[in-house]
Amino acid sequence: MVPIEYYLVLSALLFVIGSAGVILRRNIITMFMCIELMLNAVNLTFITLSKVWGQVDGQIIVFFVMTVTAAEAAVGLALIVVLSRRNNTLDADQANSMKW
Amino acid sequence: MPHLIFFGLAVIALVGAFLVVLAPRAVYSALALIVCFIATAGLLLQLGAQFMAFLQIIIYAGAIMVLFLFVIMLLDPKTENFSSNRLIKFSVLIVPLGILMTLLLMKNFPLPSITATNWNSIMADDVRSIGNSLFRDYLLPFEVTSILILVAIIGAVVLTKRPKH
Repeated sequence: MVPIEYYLVLSALLFVIGSAGVILRRNIITMFMCIELMLNAVNLTFITLSKVWGQVDGQIIVFFVMTVTAAEAAVGLALIVVLSRRNNTLDADQANSMKW
Repeated sequence: MPHLIFFGLAVIALVGAFLVVLAPRAVYSALALIVCFIATAGLLLQLGAQFMAFLQIIIYAGAIMVLFLFVIMLLDPKTENFSSNRLIKFSVLIVPLGILMTLLLMKNFPLPSITATNWNSIMADDVRSIGNSLFRDYLLPFEVTSILILVAIIGAVVLTKRPKH
């Protein structure tokens, strides 16, 4: 049996890669995909720990996270479409009209 | 053998995640993300969470990524030139963070040692126990989720509607 720590370390690495992507990339769609990557890593942690403790609640949480992610993707992509229509670019640095 | 499968899937997932961040074009990032999601689904299968693994493939790799690819093709984002400067920043950022999170996980978790028999009994009635818990203990959150999805649908339509004048 594979030790549980391996799963936790893998999901930590996936989360770190995703957060680095959010910080480094400037394309809004890619940043959004990196957020999905981070959510995916957290889901893996939840399911691993739910299996460790023998409780099903962790998987229920992941179920809800998946639902919220689907809703978030729909609204977020709609926002991206509106933003690109407005600015004619997908560069996150160009979205600075609220900056003082 | 389980170790071999785990490391194979873990390497695929990590390479996919790296490609998501480092690929210059958004389409390649999306395809790499699908690979990463499918490898994660394989890991969930190995953990014995079959229901969640197939949900992962259907919802994440299916629905959400199709939505992403659709928007990418619609907007046609330009290639982001990714200089070696960015690569250095990436490694400077990722190495200490990765080490930190790994250390935190290794040190501070009082994990129970799981036995093989325990593991198998959890595996057996995976879907049934999830269904029982979802429709009994978590019934109210489940119903609230439907309102959330309704709000998301209406929000997406209202946001992308062009003004009349």
